[in-house]
This record gives sequence, structure tokens and C-alpha cells, in this order.
Amino acid sequence: MEFQPVYVVDGARTPFLKGRNAPGPFSASDLALQAGRALLIRQCFAPTDLDEVILGCASPSPDEVNIGRVVALRLGCGHKVPGWTVMRNCASGMQALDSAIANIQNGRSQLVLAGGVDALSHAPLLYSEAMVRWFAQMMQARTLGQKVGVFAKLRPAQLLSPVIGLLKGLTDPNIGLLMGQTAENLAWRFDISRHDMDQFSVGSHQRAVAARAVGHFGEVVPLVDGKGTVYSEDDGVRADSNLNSLSKLKPFFDRRYGRVTPGNSSQITDGAAWLILASQAAVDHWQLEPLGRISDSQWAGLDPAQMGLGPVHAATPILQRNGLALEDIDLWEINEAFAAQVLACLAAWESDDYCRDQLGLPQALGALPRGRLNVDGGAVAVGHPVGASGARIVLHLLHAMRQAKVRRGVAAICIGGGQGGAMLIETTA
Amino acid sequence: MNKDENNYQNWRLAVDADGLAWATLDKAGESTNSLSSAVMDELALILDRLDSSPPRGLIFRSGKSAGFIAGADIQEFTQLDTAAKGVALVERGWQLFNRLAAVTYPTLALVRGHCLGGGLELALACRYLLAVDEPTTRLGLPEVMLGIVPGWGGMLRLPARIGPQAALDMMLTGKSLDAKRAKRAGLADDCVPARVMDNAAALLVLADQPRRRPALLQRLLNGGPLRPLVARAARKQVGKRARIEHYPAPYAIIELWEKHQGNALAAPELIDRLVRSPTARNLVRVFFMQERLKGFGKASNFQAKRVHVVGAGVMGGDIAAWCALRGLTVTLQDQGMERIAPALQRAYAAYAKRIRDPYELRSAMDRLIPDPEGHGARSADVVIEAIFENLEAKRALLEQLDAVIKPDAVLATNTSSLRIEDLNSCLSRPGRLIGIHFFNPVAKMPLVEVVAADGADAETLARGTAFVKQIDRLPLPVKSAPGFLVNAVLGPYMLEAMRAVDEGLALETVDEAMLAFGMPMGPIELVDMVGLDVAMAAGKSLAGGNAEPPRCLVEHYNAGHLGKKAGRGFYQYRAGKVAKGVPGTVPAGLAERLLAPLLDQTQKLVSDGVVADADLADAGVIFGTGFAPFTGGPLHYMRNRSA
Repeated sequence: MEFQPVYVVDGARTPFLKGRNAPGPFSASDLALQAGRALLIRQCFAPTDLDEVILGCASPSPDEVNIGRVVALRLGCGHKVPGWTVMRNCASGMQALDSAIANIQNGRSQLVLAGGVDALSHAPLLYSEAMVRWFAQMMQARTLGQKVGVFAKLRPAQLLSPVIGLLKGLTDPNIGLLMGQTAENLAWRFDISRHDMDQFSVGSHQRAVAARAVGHFGEVVPLVDGKGTVYSEDDGVRADSNLNSLSKLKPFFDRRYGRVTPGNSSQITDGAAWLILASQAAVDHWQLEPLGRISDSQWAGLDPAQMGLGPVHAATPILQRNGLALEDIDLWEINEAFAAQVLACLAAWESDDYCRDQLGLPQALGALPRGRLNVDGGAVAVGHPVGASGARIVLHLLHAMRQAKVRRGVAAICIGGGQGGAMLIETTA
Repeated sequence: MNKDENNYQNWRLAVDADGLAWATLDKAGESTNSLSSAVMDELALILDRLDSSPPRGLIFRSGKSAGFIAGADIQEFTQLDTAAKGVALVERGWQLFNRLAAVTYPTLALVRGHCLGGGLELALACRYLLAVDEPTTRLGLPEVMLGIVPGWGGMLRLPARIGPQAALDMMLTGKSLDAKRAKRAGLADDCVPARVMDNAAALLVLADQPRRRPALLQRLLNGGPLRPLVARAARKQVGKRARIEHYPAPYAIIELWEKHQGNALAAPELIDRLVRSPTARNLVRVFFMQERLKGFGKASNFQAKRVHVVGAGVMGGDIAAWCALRGLTVTLQDQGMERIAPALQRAYAAYAKRIRDPYELRSAMDRLIPDPEGHGARSADVVIEAIFENLEAKRALLEQLDAVIKPDAVLATNTSSLRIEDLNSCLSRPGRLIGIHFFNPVAKMPLVEVVAADGADAETLARGTAFVKQIDRLPLPVKSAPGFLVNAVLGPYMLEAMRAVDEGLALETVDEAMLAFGMPMGPIELVDMVGLDVAMAAGKSLAGGNAEPPRCLVEHYNAGHLGKKAGRGFYQYRAGKVAKGVPGTVPAGLAERLLAPLLDQTQKLVSDGVVADADLADAGVIFGTGFAPFTGGPLHYMRNRSA
């Protein structure tokens, strides 16, 4: 069946704010609200004219589990605009776009606000199972004697060693590997050195700094908190990033012997990104001038222990379906969960073995021109608020393509649990 | 339910299957319930009827969506010219509510929305009070604000119900409680959501359990021996805010509670004093002037949803914050987020003080949208320009706005010193620009001048006025003229005060003269508040440039003492608090001298037609400057003085 294109009318994101071992200044719904209202006030239609709001979020807080609806109401979309939440780990934001696309293509919606958010710095500390059992016994104790008995069983060590919700989220639930350990797997498999990873990471920062200097982050709208503090830029980007300092960092995931460090991984951050998607009919009705269109999308599954290769598995079918080679794509955004993981994707496409065994191709797909990849830096520099990143790369790719005056781009993302997502983007100009 | 066969004009009485009587007050021909003599007479008939066949219980409720009962019928107060009439009015409610309090069957007031003055006194005469937990539910005894006392049992029953300290605080300040606080204070027996209010009312009455009593200490304080102690403390508190010669009512409340069990009939000389003093008459007059101003807002049924404010300085930012607090969605424009952020910070701090529900606080902040690029102008129903006072800048801005805003949007300027005629000539339709002039601080000053230039579009004026009413401010229609009404009147007054300082009087002495007259703030402190830079600039444009500015003003201005905002003006300010010395003896006639230019100017503006009539001028000066309300306003004061 022909993929009916869906238009991207406009988009905006918050600056990505680095987690600093304590809850950041904004909750997830605050972030989505501030980016969303800045985006909506510049439209020629009212928030109430939207058909639905879809928000991807990997870790909504317990009081905002359907955060999509919470934010829709906070944005003034009114009672009648439905809002919902999607979750596909690191691709939750891209899933929101794809769900909007599906509803637009089958005629259920014409105009959709879709995006992603996460406030990872607000991830909760949890009680261990043992502590929860203790609380349950305490609740059931009726007499003073029973209560004293239960109280005596309390082990302070359990009380004082909570489960860190964020680490749970970043651990594969089937194989028990930390995401960083899956990146170590790829580094081992494709023989990616610590030096290559660090060099890639320095490049990510340098590109982000350069892009900022020439105003290439026009999609970023500032945040303001109740104290009047303005946050206008991604605060994890380091102009002083260099090989020497990165090389001093210790491996974090496979301690002592590994290669993946916090410096060559994406940063734990808080942020939100939104796009407005529209059908052809909505574009005509509101006389919209879209940034571009999404012409194809693809999801793929693979071994969870190799999850970082997800972009390869998702983007390849799109290229095949559209009769395109790697070099036919003018610009690429591959989310930088880990420097090792992006480098592994490039290596996989260049590998005859991998392309033959895993993708069913006769030989290697080829070399992705490095100058076309993540031209304004990636998540290693700007951060990776899990649910927001999928929406961010699609939005930024459109901006970068318009800047470079090119036609075709692919945004792809790896997904914890062993999946990948990709979208083919075209500018309309 | 069995309907009562009696035909009441204002009440409906029905008895349900449980034998409970439900008395619903639905005052004929009004949207709000008040206790007029007709309503009270019919209530007596209802009690007669229930005496003959007592129900299992009686529940009072309102048939109006606006609220329970707003109070006595204030129109009836205007006829109180003799002490005998005052006594008769008190007697009517005192005896009727005593009778209600003494009935053998349990009674309950189901309070949803406002329950004020006589309304609360009725509710207090019931055995139980059930408050519905909604933001509009307010319970209070604001009689003091009209210069009278809660003589229908409020002074007796409120202290007994919640203890004398809290009760006196409510009665002496006129402050009201919301449903939750009413329950916490012990005023309401329970506080419930509307969905269960009928069931809760019936259950409370049928159970007929003893009420919770106030704490032992409060009961002791309300008993005989300790009363003078409480009364003395209360007098001291009142003395800080109101002088007895200006406002006798709060002192009368304390005395009636202390010595007469709250029974005003036991001290007819006190009622006589209140009725004879002009204060009560003038305050009732001020009340009706306020109603008149509100009425201007009803000329159009325009309802704004979206407001766009340009200029995030103190005025613009506070106007935007106020509109968002009142439920409107507001975009606030200025050059860059850094300029808008301080306004959001001020809004957050102000909201946090007012709003206790965290969700409500959050949604007020959500409605206040920073808009550095001014996108919000296109979809706004009301667009207010509040940038710095520069003719060219304002003209350029208005021209831009004119091109993008909706054709029927209200376009307004908050200018205080520029002529609207000079601003509007660049517009497609010059008549579309009106002045909507707020006063600082926006959240505290109830008056807003709605300014009509020559040829102003009548529909736009009507919409602008309705908008002011919509955000709970009092719209005063004025013609375009330098300083409009309020600033034009204050200018010469402050000028004269500064001349007195030039002549060698101490700042404190000059201020004290006017505080003793009854002003909320002395004129010199007022200059500090307005800002000495503003005073210099306004002095030049208002005085036409021919008068020499006061020496003291020039000296402070040149020394950079720009007023409260700078931490130093005529006075020093520490953490926003003025540091004042002790005033000297006020020379005889000083107040009259300082007042004279204000009175003359008010008279002149009425003659010039800047404001339509003397009553409106009085209203404007009272609500715009805080001019001693007990005087009834400057022109009223002038007439009475010469009479």
C-alpha cells in the first residue's frame, strides 16, 4: 500500500537540561507544557482545533501516567480534544509521531500535536520488594503486640537502600544488561576503540557548539521557572570538550575493563519536543506552510543485547522500499545513545557479513558519508531525554535539511529492549 | 414532597418524605438573595406555620445560582436617617433570628456561594451550618465596611460559635472565610462537595447530634471576666487602622460584644451614634457608587477569552498576571524572554500567596504565556499596550498591532501621560484605540479608567468596559485629557505637599496631616511610591511646564533618590518598608491647604466633562487613590463642608 505522506507543520522543543543527581527545575508535564504552548501560540489555529494530542514518555511520574492528556488539558486544548500517551522506550517520541501518522492516514485525525518528553532527573527512588512486604505486614498488624513484632523485623539497610528507578529503566528486563553494556557488546563485536568513541564524542560537542553559534537550533524555545530563571540552551554541550579530558574518564558500565564512559554516552537529561502533523486536507483548510513531510516509517526488532544496531534494521527496509542507496540520503540523524552504538551502525552497513547474515542483503550496503550524519551534533552533546529524542531528531533533521537546502533525510533511533525505528523525511520546498 | 399551600413571594417551602422542611429563598425579581423586609416578613410567616405543625427539621437553602444570601437589603439602609429607624431595623432581625434560634426542631443552613452579613446571621441562628466546598463559597460579616454593625445576632452568635478572637477579627475587618476555613474555624459543621450536599444536609439534621464546641480557652475568653482583656487587644488592633472619629463602627462592635452580649438594642445610644455619624451614610453611598461602576461593564455582553499584553514591565506584567488569575489566557510580549521572566516570577509569587490549591496555581501559571515574538496578538480579543511612555515607540507598536490583530479586537493603551489622539492617528481606524488605564499595584487598586478619545468607537469602548468588569475591576469612563481623572487630581495635591516641604515642614508632619484626615497614605510617601522620575516627568507635562518644580523634588531626583523602587526617595526603604520619623505638631489648617488643590481640580474636571458627573468623580478618586472613603469622596466632602 502506498504511504500517504503526512505533513510536519511546525515543531518546537525545550532546551535539554542535564540531570544533576537531584530533581531538575521542571516536571515532565511542565516541560511539555512550555514547549507546547510556545509552539501553539504561533499557529493560525487554536489549540482547540487539534484532533488529538499524542505524547511519548518512557517514565511518566505516578501522578501523570497518561501525561498526554494532562498536557493537552494544560495547553488549553479543552475537554474535547483527546490526549494519550505512548511508550516504546527510547523511541516513545517517534512512536507518538508514527501513531499520529497512522491516525491521519486512516482519516481519524487531520491535525495532531505529537511529541515526546521525559524528566529523567525526576525518576523516583523505589522501595525494595522486601520493604513493601514489611509495610503490608505493618498495615495488617492489629494489636500493639503484633505491631511491635513487625517493627522488630525492620532492617534499616533495606529502608536506606532504595531501588533507583532510573537504573531499572536503563536495564534490559529480559537479559539484565545495562544499556551501556549492550554498547560494550557492539564495541567488542565491531572492534570500536575507546579512542574512536571519544573522538566521535568530541565531534558531537564541537558540531553542537558550531551549530549554536550560527543559530541552527531555531526549534529550541526557552523555559522559565517560577523563580524567573530562564533556561535557553542545552546545558550539557561543552565547548571545552577534548580528547585529553574524555580519555581520563573511567568506564562506567563494565567497570575497569570496558570502553564506554559517561563522556562517550548520551547524557541523562530532561526535555520535551513537539511536532504538529497534518493531513493534506488540514494543510489546505488552514493554508499551512509545512516544514516538510514524513514519507515513510519503519520499526524493527533485533537481539536485545545488540539493541544499538536498531537504526540499521529500521532504516534499511525504508531505503530498499524507496529504491534509495545510503548516499541518496542528503542528511542523517542517528540518535547518539552511545558513540560506540552509532559507530557500530556505520560498521554494520559496511560489513558484508552483517548485511548478509542479519539483513539478508547480498553484500554490504555501503558507507554512510560521515559529513552527512548528525551535522549539528547529537545526544552525546545535547542529551537524551529518552521519550523526547525520537521527536527531536525528526524535528532537527527538518531544520537542518532546510538550512542545507536539501530534499531527503532519514532519522533513526535505537531502542532499549532490542528495537529500532526510522523515518524518511522530505522537504516540500 | 408536599408543597406548602401558602403563596410566598420570595420563598418556597416543601416537606419531604422524611418530614424535613426545605425552605428555599428565591427572592422575587433579583438574581441575588438579600434579606429585605418582605423576605424577613415571609420568614416570620414560615416560622408561624411550622410552629403549628413542627417538622422533623428545617433546612434553609438558596434558589439562586449566585449564592446563599448576600446580606441585608442595602437599599433599605439609605433611609436610615433617625435613630428610631435604626433601632427598628436592628430589632426586626434580632428578634426574628432569636425566634429562629429557639425553635424546638433542628435547623440547618445549607450554604453554597456567598453567605454574608444578615445571611450569615440567619445561618448562625440555625443549629447547624453546612458549607459547600466551592471557590465562591464565602462566609463573613462585612457590615463594618458599611459603617454599621452585625446587629441581627452576629455579634452574639459568631463569638460563641468560633471564639471571640477569630469572631472579632472577622467582624472588625469584614474578612470572609471559604468553606474549608469555615469548617476549620468551627463555623461550619462540615464542608462537602455539591454532589452530596442535599444528602449531607438531611443526614446532619436527622442525626441532630450536639455541635462541636469551641476550645475551652475560647469559651473562657467569651465569658464575662476575661472579655475586657480581649476587647482591649482588639481596640489596639483597630486603632492601628481606623481612627474612631472616622470609623466609629468597629469600636461599637467591640463595645457591644464586651458589654451587651452583642445585643445592639441594649445600647441604643451606640446605634444612634452610628446612624447620626455621616460615615455610615457615606460608606453606603460608596457602596452604591461601586455598583454603578460595575454596571458600566454590563453595557456589552462581550466576553474576552484571550488577552495580549505588550510590555512586561511592572504595569504590563502585573496586568497580564491579573488577567490570567481571572481565568483568561494571556500572552505577554516583550523583547526577549529575559525581560518577560521577572514578570512571571512576580506572578508566581503573587499567585502562591493567593491560591492554596496547587492545581489551580499551576493552571494560572499555565495561562500566562511568555510570547517574545508577539504571536499571541493575532488571536487576542483584547490587546493592551503597556510599554514605556514614548510617543514614537508606542505609535510604531500600535501600527504593527493594528495590522495583525482581529478586526473586532479591543486595542487599548495603558498610557498615563500621552494623548490618545497623538497615538491613534497611525491606525487604520483611529477610533479603535481606547485607553484602559490601570493603577499600581494592579492586584490592589480596584479602579481602571476607560479612556475615550474624540471619535472613539462606541462599541470598542463598551467592550473595553465589559472587559474591565470581567476581570473584577471597576471601570470608570473618562474623556481623554492629561492625567485623565486620577493622576490629574493627585498631581496638584502632591505638588502642594512638596511645596509645604520646601517651606520647611518635616516630611512626616506633612504626611501626618493627611493620615489624620483619613488618607491611607501621606502625599510624600505617595510620591515615593509613584517614583520621583515619574513625578518629574508628569509634573512637566501636567503643569504645562510653566511652574517651577518643588526644590525638594529636584534635589532628591538629582541625587538619584527615585522613590520606593530605588530603596530611597524622600524616605529610606528597608526591605520595601518605609523608615519614618515621628511627625511634629501638624499646623492648623495644613490638611485643608493640601487638600484644596485636589478638590479644585476634581471640580474642574467635572466641569470640563472629563468625568460625567460629580458622583463618578468621587467614585474615581476614592477607588483610584484611596481618598478617605468615610467622607464619601472629595466633592461630597466639599459640599458637606460648606453646608
